[in-house]
Amino acid sequence: MSEEKSERHVLAVLVDNEAGVLARVVGLFSGRGYNIESLTVAEVDHAEHTSRITVATSGTPMVIAQIKAQLERLVPVHKVVDLTVQAPSVEREMALVKVAGTGEKRVEALRLSDAFRARVIDTTHTSFIFEVTGTPEKIDAFVGLMRGLGLVDVTRTGVVSIARGPEAM
Amino acid sequence: MAAREMTGAEIVVKALIDQGVEVIFGYPGGAVLPIYDALFKQNDIEHILVRHEQGAVHAAEGYARSTGKPGVVLVTSGPGATNAVTGLTDALMDSIPLVCLTGQVATHLIGTDAFQECDTVGITRPCTKHNWLVNSADELARVMHESFHVATHGRPGPVVIDIPKNVQFQTAEYRTPAQVSHKTYRPQVKGDMSAINRAVDLIAAAKKPVFYTGGGVINSGPMASQLLRQFVKLTGYPITSTLMGLGAYPAADPQWLGMLGMHGTYEANNAMHDSDLIICVGARFDDRVTGRLDAFAPHSKKIHIDIDASSINKNVHVDVPIIGDCAHVLEDMIRVWKSKVSQPDKSALSTWWKQIETWRGRKSLAYVKSDTSIKPQYAVERLYELTKDRKTFITTEVGQHQMWAAQHYHFEEPNRWMTSGGLGTMGYGLPAAIGTQVAHRDALVIDIAGEASILMNMQEMSTAVQFMLPVKIFILNNEYMGMVRQWQELLHGGRYSHSYSEALPDFVKLAEAYGGHGIRATHPDELDAKIMEMIETPGPVIFDCVVEKMENCFPMIPSGAAHNEMILGDDPEGATVTEAGKMLV
Repeated sequence: MSEEKSERHVLAVLVDNEAGVLARVVGLFSGRGYNIESLTVAEVDHAEHTSRITVATSGTPMVIAQIKAQLERLVPVHKVVDLTVQAPSVEREMALVKVAGTGEKRVEALRLSDAFRARVIDTTHTSFIFEVTGTPEKIDAFVGLMRGLGLVDVTRTGVVSIARGPEAM
Repeated sequence: MAAREMTGAEIVVKALIDQGVEVIFGYPGGAVLPIYDALFKQNDIEHILVRHEQGAVHAAEGYARSTGKPGVVLVTSGPGATNAVTGLTDALMDSIPLVCLTGQVATHLIGTDAFQECDTVGITRPCTKHNWLVNSADELARVMHESFHVATHGRPGPVVIDIPKNVQFQTAEYRTPAQVSHKTYRPQVKGDMSAINRAVDLIAAAKKPVFYTGGGVINSGPMASQLLRQFVKLTGYPITSTLMGLGAYPAADPQWLGMLGMHGTYEANNAMHDSDLIICVGARFDDRVTGRLDAFAPHSKKIHIDIDASSINKNVHVDVPIIGDCAHVLEDMIRVWKSKVSQPDKSALSTWWKQIETWRGRKSLAYVKSDTSIKPQYAVERLYELTKDRKTFITTEVGQHQMWAAQHYHFEEPNRWMTSGGLGTMGYGLPAAIGTQVAHRDALVIDIAGEASILMNMQEMSTAVQFMLPVKIFILNNEYMGMVRQWQELLHGGRYSHSYSEALPDFVKLAEAYGGHGIRATHPDELDAKIMEMIETPGPVIFDCVVEKMENCFPMIPSGAAHNEMILGDDPEGATVTEAGKMLV
């Protein structure tokens, strides 16, 4: 068991949007010692009061199966899909990245942002806020490049993911 | 015309009545006064006033486990709720259906650190199957009925409903159970037929099979025990059980190997270790059962029937998982077995039984008898002999006495054995006995206790006296926290750090102080007569059975060892605890 390699999986969890449901999910992870790499949550169906939680986690295949089973056991959880194994899926994350500077560095930051299709959503004479969307790796790369160009602040949404093809989760 | 509006408190009581609740265990306080007022005005539900909220929850557990019905608890906010936490955790670990109602400060005071406020749903979230904070009386009837559904369906467990005091005064329309159904919670009870087919083929082909059964069989109901007996008889295979599953299969039957695990029998553990097929029914491969995981039943295939999918492949990889209720799955298995005209491999089975008989011949539960002092095993044996022909229910506390009870008291029926397995809660036994006695007024209910454990919820003796519940507390008094002392002897060089029970009360006088009857036995010759005196006493009894102080509980699989590396009573040097094993509990 212990020789099995740890893998990253992205799980989509459809839950009742009721008080405490996020605490149940997060508490399950912390209480049982599972890892959360990122977590996003928002209501997806207002009429049905359902929210979708996307959680990126890591563990051996046995641990991942256990996480899925434990999540399914929670009473307000409707459905859990392991998007990493059950379907080819797409993943996106958004970041807002604040870069401060003047002169050559400022120009270079703007030039690189173009290569990443990042949008400038706020600017002053000494700063930019970039909005960048992509896979977590792309955002890592962009933030890494900005580090040498006056990066002062960054906020990320965490990944959201959805299966390819015509079916719902 | 709209139905008559009721107050929240009245809705609570009406919902309990409609759910068939006959008795609740509780303790009043400021935040539940309206509910207590509603209880005052009715005669359908009996209320058992405990002396500590932990006692209320364990009593409800005893009630639930001995009847198969959910136990109901009513406590106030703040300390009422926090005192219930140990019992709720105990019920979660042992899958006991409970509905626990807690009072809460008024909704406008929540979050202000009001008097006797605590975040009850936050605190109880990880120790309940589900919980609710009811913000309005309009939700109350629905939540009450849903809570019984959740507590009793799927893998049973405790639920908490936190009810703010102003909600208890608000008025709303009542809804009956028939008008409420849970939106989504529908656990699977029927097993997958293709998995059942594969399982039956494996069972028929096995050469060294063993049934390993657990509390899930008891929880599934009496039908599951009947079907288990039928299937085990059809196959002729040996059967063992966890602590929680005792009684599902009759101990007097020759196919019964006794309990398995850390203090299980030599034959049960060796049969598991050498088996080529383990048929796990409603058990969860817990660490007390498996011992060292990488050496657990190394040559066996495993079939696992469990209603909780998260129990499958959690600790041990299994070959054929079957998610479903034990009774449903066993029924299907028996049908498939018969339709395939399956036959066990007679010659392999006879070789297997010969091997098991050799292990059985080792008599691993034997102990050295004494003419001068009462051996704890002897005390349990005599208790068994003198009570087995009555309608007897046994509860226990936690420690050596619990294991001796499991080893030397033999159960023929399910629901007769109430013990704290998963959480291992000292102080469980007396309140559990009270809850059991409430459900079975004419039965003999005995709490086999230790002198340390019993003091953890001793105050409940007062409850027993008040409600004329004739529970018998049979204390195996060795003046030590015996299991702690045993581990200190085996693992810590005999340095008995704080495990001696100094300054014990005089239990006979203590019984009298509570208004019960006290008995003390110190010599084996007087034991039988005194046990008979206990049985024949009409009220609650504390029996102080003064036993051999340094007796250890064997056989034992030391922590970190495998099933075939047991320490036996007559060969205590037989196995040693490794450094890695010392890290384990």
